[in-house]
Amino acid sequence: MDIKRGIIEGNRVALAKLITMAEDGRQEAIDIIRELYGKSGLAYIIGITGPPGVGKSTLTAGLAKMYSDLGKRVGIIACDPTSPYTGGAILGDRIRMQKLFTDPNIFIRSMGSRGHLGGLSMSTRITSRIMDIFGMDYIFIETVGVGQSEVEIADMADTTIMVLAPGLGDDIQAMKAGIMEIGNVFVVNKCDRDGADKTAREIEAMLDFNDKSAWRPKVIKAAAQADEGLDNITNAVGEHEKYIKESDIFMSKRKEHIKEEIMELATNSIMSDIMSRLPKDELNSIVDKTVNGETDPYSAANCILKPLRDRSV
Amino acid sequence: MSRPIRVLVAKPGLDGHDRGAKVVARALRDAGMEVIYTGLRQTPEQIAEAAIQEDVDVVAMSILSGAHNTLLPKVVKLLKEKGAGDKLVVGGGVIPADDIPYLKSQGIAEIFTPGTPTSESVEFIKSHVRIDS
Amino acid sequence: MSDKDDIEEIKKAREKWEAGSVKKTISRFPERKENFSTDSGIEVKRTYTPEDTKDQKYLDDIGFPGEYPYTRGVQPTQYRGRFWTMRQYAGFGDAEESNERYKYLLSQGQTGLSIAFDLPTQIGYDSDASLAEGEVGKVGVAISSLADMEVLFEGIPLDKVSTSMTINAPAAILLAMYIVVAEKQGVGMEKLKGTIQNDILKEYVARGTYIFPPAPSMRLITDIFEFCAKNVPKWNTISISGYHIREAGSTAVQEVAFTLADGIAYVNAALKAGLDVDEFAPRLSFFFNANNNLFQEAAKFRAARRLWARIMKERFGAKNPKSLKLRFHTQTGGSTLTAQQPDNNIVRVTLQALEAVLGGTQSLHTNSREEALSLPTEDSVRIALRTQQIIAYESGVADTVDPLAGSYYVESLTDDIEKRAMDYIKKIDDLGGAPKAIEQGYMQKEIQDAAYVYQKSVESGETVVVGMNKFKIDEQPPKNLLKVDPAVAEKQNVRLAKLRKDRDNEKVKQALREVEKAARGEENLMPYFIKAVKEYATLGEICDVLRKVFGEYQESVIL
Repeated sequence: MDIKRGIIEGNRVALAKLITMAEDGRQEAIDIIRELYGKSGLAYIIGITGPPGVGKSTLTAGLAKMYSDLGKRVGIIACDPTSPYTGGAILGDRIRMQKLFTDPNIFIRSMGSRGHLGGLSMSTRITSRIMDIFGMDYIFIETVGVGQSEVEIADMADTTIMVLAPGLGDDIQAMKAGIMEIGNVFVVNKCDRDGADKTAREIEAMLDFNDKSAWRPKVIKAAAQADEGLDNITNAVGEHEKYIKESDIFMSKRKEHIKEEIMELATNSIMSDIMSRLPKDELNSIVDKTVNGETDPYSAANCILKPLRDRSV
Repeated sequence: MSRPIRVLVAKPGLDGHDRGAKVVARALRDAGMEVIYTGLRQTPEQIAEAAIQEDVDVVAMSILSGAHNTLLPKVVKLLKEKGAGDKLVVGGGVIPADDIPYLKSQGIAEIFTPGTPTSESVEFIKSHVRIDS
Repeated sequence: MSDKDDIEEIKKAREKWEAGSVKKTISRFPERKENFSTDSGIEVKRTYTPEDTKDQKYLDDIGFPGEYPYTRGVQPTQYRGRFWTMRQYAGFGDAEESNERYKYLLSQGQTGLSIAFDLPTQIGYDSDASLAEGEVGKVGVAISSLADMEVLFEGIPLDKVSTSMTINAPAAILLAMYIVVAEKQGVGMEKLKGTIQNDILKEYVARGTYIFPPAPSMRLITDIFEFCAKNVPKWNTISISGYHIREAGSTAVQEVAFTLADGIAYVNAALKAGLDVDEFAPRLSFFFNANNNLFQEAAKFRAARRLWARIMKERFGAKNPKSLKLRFHTQTGGSTLTAQQPDNNIVRVTLQALEAVLGGTQSLHTNSREEALSLPTEDSVRIALRTQQIIAYESGVADTVDPLAGSYYVESLTDDIEKRAMDYIKKIDDLGGAPKAIEQGYMQKEIQDAAYVYQKSVESGETVVVGMNKFKIDEQPPKNLLKVDPAVAEKQNVRLAKLRKDRDNEKVKQALREVEKAARGEENLMPYFIKAVKEYATLGEICDVLRKVFGEYQESVIL
């Protein structure tokens, strides 16, 4: 199948296949993305994170449907951890989004973390770009908040929604350091339960304490399963979008990302180049020499870089 | 190392017995595959859409209600119509041997009947899915 | 049960025996396994002695049949008075075909009816609904309206036959239909005997035929309790089920624990709805699985009875002795049957049926030999029925009540199961009760884990399934299995089209409007259902109204 053409024509099979190829690190995928890069940059990325069991998937589904009903196209990337022992994963977020399966505006992709320690998959960024190129107006990236995944999501997303729920056992204060800085919108889900008001108040109190930036995160109560509070959330997202686009934040964040990505691609490329030129035995021999004390790591590195430097002179 | 095999485990129709589907999902995960489980009460349309979006290599359907002759071939048909006919489609559950030839003629590659060890299903998938690298 | 000195002497003698003849035998050939235990993790010792029951007090813990704590049974004369009800679950195709099968079973000596409905009916869809495609009449009989129900019971006197209906989410509506059919036969509600399964919690956990979310579902259930307490006093309003929980993969202890936890939730719901415990508790009934491991299963039933009696007395303060009695139906475990060498299943079912009888079941369904492959033929279901009759009339086990009492092993197991089940119930209480535990996926996860452990042990060969992973043969698949006539769906479509034309559609609309109004309010819905089914509103039409008002349950899965 002509994947590039399929993407241009809006064929979902092509979209799914391109994502698979990109996840697999295939050059073919990179080439297509390169050629279509001009189409990207229009999608608005919303990150959804929070502890397990708070209803992130249900919430994501509810919000996605709201945007779809407005005629917007929505991509959802749902990330779940891959087992470090077997390499396998059960990607279970889709179950809570059953109603959306046949919605022509919504495309859902489940990804395993495939060993990436942050919790997000390495290919999340590239999948997001592909969905952007495809023409999605909104892209949701959803994952459970473990390890540093919240930070990763906040980095990748334009607006990050931190989802919490009452009665989880942890007081807000006990939650991980840095969570308060990450959320642009806080949602207290399952607000039909006891303790929802208390949880909301605690979040407000902590935000008072940390109040440094010009954007005061909104705290919204919702009951995603009953479709309650969702319009308040989309309104809050809209307000945040307006704020970051009118201030410099949106653009400077994007520039920062692109800079990081370019540097990362360049570095990877150089490393690839070096490693391909370096005979395998030579690296081992340099390592042995370093361990033996015949040379030191710094000189050894210079040694490896020498062919590259010589060429550029 | 090539990417993991991706499998959609689905429950078509109204049948609410998910013990087998869940046991198989776990076994596939333990064998290093990425498993997307759809949950209960999936129409053939929902299954086909999910299979396409997730670009799975395998669609594995579990059904114990006797509606297999109607529902399984429908999924195959929809996948073909939408341009995703290259996926391996397998089924399992309470499916009498008499119905298997018909199902195979409709594009279902294999039916795993009661008593099939999960290792056999895993092996079948591994030997019939080709990952292009 | 012996006094202290005896116990010490016995202990010493046992230790001598172990150090002596046991050790000698083991050195010649070791025991088959390192450890022997049941699926619930209960260690099975080499042999049991009075040491194992030394803390039990006969009168407090074991007692007499028909007396608290009912360990030995809920009825003083049990099978010496009347055998258990032989009640084979049956139903397929359309009402006419099932009616024939019921008449056959009754003629062969079955003593009660048990109705199996197809999946669309169980989930509140008419046979001609799009989601019903391929499913009509496959796992049970298709009932879309009162008209079908009338055909189903044609020629069957509802004042003489007790009927159990395996229906849950739309149970109230099917009960309404049954009441109207009886009325048309001239049989008043107060005479009706039977059961509706009506246990929605286990649907969320293990069976999957739910419709509405938990809160409105509980409301429907308590409406039924209230209505029947007043109007249908001989009717068992719920069959709190462990069968399906076990079939989904739980252990025996979990089966007891999760079932009784669900029972506690129903009692709480009814109390919250303003009913008095002794008003509805006498009509609560239970449904258990008869699985492998004969003595554990028999002990399980005894443990369940004692545990429930204690819960009803101590936790809920029930005063009426009928409120304390756990009455139950048993079905032999379907998932133990194999597709390979199906005749072996007759043997399995015999042992499992025996367990249920030794455990004092009130009624029993025995599976047929080909059930791993399809619904049974007439011949196969007759053998299953004969199995019960042979146990009843020829084996002698029904001639005394609770024959296993006093066995050191069985009493020890009974104790053990009760204690372990209590631990689970306490855990579920800590989570906020069964509905909350289900919401959090606690029961589902326990069951899944147990199912996976079992599967692994079968695949490793540690658990032997005769004919399947050992003692295999080359075999051809069996012939002449029952096939459901695919024309059933088309016949139903025609019937429904005619029904919708012939009935008074204005009256139907009005009745449905009244159902909607009552559903949005707090009135008891039963009278409104009765009115609607009388006008031949269909099951799907009534359920669609309820779906509109109550919403639909969204499964939440933790794998």
